[in-house]
Amino acid sequence: MPANFMPTAQEYLRFAPESLLILVGVLLMILEPLSGPDGKRKFAVISFAALAAAIGLAIAAGMDPGPAFSGLLMVDGFATFFRVLVLVIGMFVILISTNYLKLEGHESGEYYALLLFSVVGQCLMAASNDLIMLFIGLECSSIASYVLAGYLRDDKRNNESALKYFLLGSFATAFLLYGVAWTYGTTGTTNLTAIRAYLMDPAHHANMVVVGAATALMFVGFAFKVSAAPFQMWAPDVYQGAPAPVTAFMSIGSKAAAFAMFVRVMMTAFEPVKDRWEPLIWISALATMTIGNCAALRQSNLKRLLAYSSIAHAGYLMVAITAHSEIGTASVMFYLTSYALMSLGAFAIVVYIARKGERFVEINDLAGLSQRQPLVAALFVIFLLSFTGIPLTAGFFGKFYIFKAALDSNLVWLAILGMLNSAVAAYYYLRLIVVMYMQPPAEGAEELLAPTIGIRVTMLVTAALTIALGIFPSFILDLAGKSAAFAR
Amino acid sequence: MPPIPTVVPMSWYLILSAILFTLGAAGFLLRRNIITVFMCIELMLNAVNLTFVAFSHQLKQVDGHIFTFFVMVVAAAEAAVGLAIILTVFKNRQTLEIDEISSMKL
Repeated sequence: MPANFMPTAQEYLRFAPESLLILVGVLLMILEPLSGPDGKRKFAVISFAALAAAIGLAIAAGMDPGPAFSGLLMVDGFATFFRVLVLVIGMFVILISTNYLKLEGHESGEYYALLLFSVVGQCLMAASNDLIMLFIGLECSSIASYVLAGYLRDDKRNNESALKYFLLGSFATAFLLYGVAWTYGTTGTTNLTAIRAYLMDPAHHANMVVVGAATALMFVGFAFKVSAAPFQMWAPDVYQGAPAPVTAFMSIGSKAAAFAMFVRVMMTAFEPVKDRWEPLIWISALATMTIGNCAALRQSNLKRLLAYSSIAHAGYLMVAITAHSEIGTASVMFYLTSYALMSLGAFAIVVYIARKGERFVEINDLAGLSQRQPLVAALFVIFLLSFTGIPLTAGFFGKFYIFKAALDSNLVWLAILGMLNSAVAAYYYLRLIVVMYMQPPAEGAEELLAPTIGIRVTMLVTAALTIALGIFPSFILDLAGKSAAFAR
Repeated sequence: MPPIPTVVPMSWYLILSAILFTLGAAGFLLRRNIITVFMCIELMLNAVNLTFVAFSHQLKQVDGHIFTFFVMVVAAAEAAVGLAIILTVFKNRQTLEIDEISSMKL
């Protein structure tokens, strides 16, 4: 047995957030059958507290950065940033889920356990420094979300969403793994730092064709997970069919974690061959933005519209990856933070509007919202303006830094086309505002009760943070700038 | 006539795994029964396993063999969840034809 076989206490501390969440998740599954039908609310409280404690552990682990478990994990600033981000997203998703599940009559411990397991996978994706660890994190997150997407198992739309997500997700994972296998065969390792060292060595230039092909295969897997063109077609169906809080979770948390692993792999392991993958991501970024925005123009379903809008936002993020610089990485981190805030707010409102059975998810159901619930309408306007990228909101600085990073890397055309795209996007976001403020409520519309406490807290906190980041972006931006350098 | 090799050369394994992977991918795109589509995904994962083992043998490392176990375990977990999803779909719709399971379209 090698001397370093037993991990040190320090390494366990670096893995502490995941360990805690796994333990609590298992505990929830044990408690679930023991609790009566009235005792389900405590599961939400326990999992919320566990996520809050995990944030504390993640920050504590981030104070002392370094590798863990023979380089499988790398707990650096980047990992800590994304761990905290996905944990916070998980907490907000619990806030918007509780009442939804109660209305649907499916409040139970499994939902929260699956949510925690999925968050564990996302934390691992953010922190893994090895292609195999990355694969395990990705699957841990995905398998739990397959179940969550079909959580209301008697609902046909839920079934369909889960089936499509499962089949296409596994298909993409197979491509990713095949790329990993070829990378392993060529470089003899799956550690990202070691792959980088191999590719830097000029003696290995003869193998670059194989490495390029392996990178392309892995790109297929990554592009699926971040819903980038040409592998974005699953997203609208899956996001529309899944329960609204789960859609929020998949389109915000899973996407943030997927971008974290995408950026880390491209910026550490495959950075030496950047000339080969840059054109590929350039085209994909442009196609993703254009397809997302153009398709969103003609949607009538609110969830489907937000799905296409999330595809378009993935396109902007790909622009920052194309820039492959530290500023690009920092702008990805800032943009994902602001996107998470405004999307969580928007989805909280969708959950609120949809009501039991998700009967009201058409854009027309927003008509006259400004008269029926003035506060909700006003908050929705903030999120929509932030999506559009209007100054004084977080979305403005997110786009600003991404296009600045693109210009710094001489991607002038991509930046121009991206800006044109965000002008197109303004149309469908502003159309929602017009419907809310200019159209009268439908005849005999059902009365909208005041939002429940979870929805209200989510809306107000995310709206406040969206505005705060739009006025003082430097807090998150400094943090992102400091964490954007990877350990190599 | 070239001499018949006494051991199976490395490239044969890689070619076989590439053929299996392509068959799986093609089957995924062309077949219309959910169970068959699911089996095609498993075929792709097994092609990956074969690649890992072949490379592991060539590199004289044990790592690739271990990865194969990880892939197998994850594939088993995926199969458990996937078959459960397929069951609920069948219960609600009484069909396993993929084209009939698309109620959400533009």
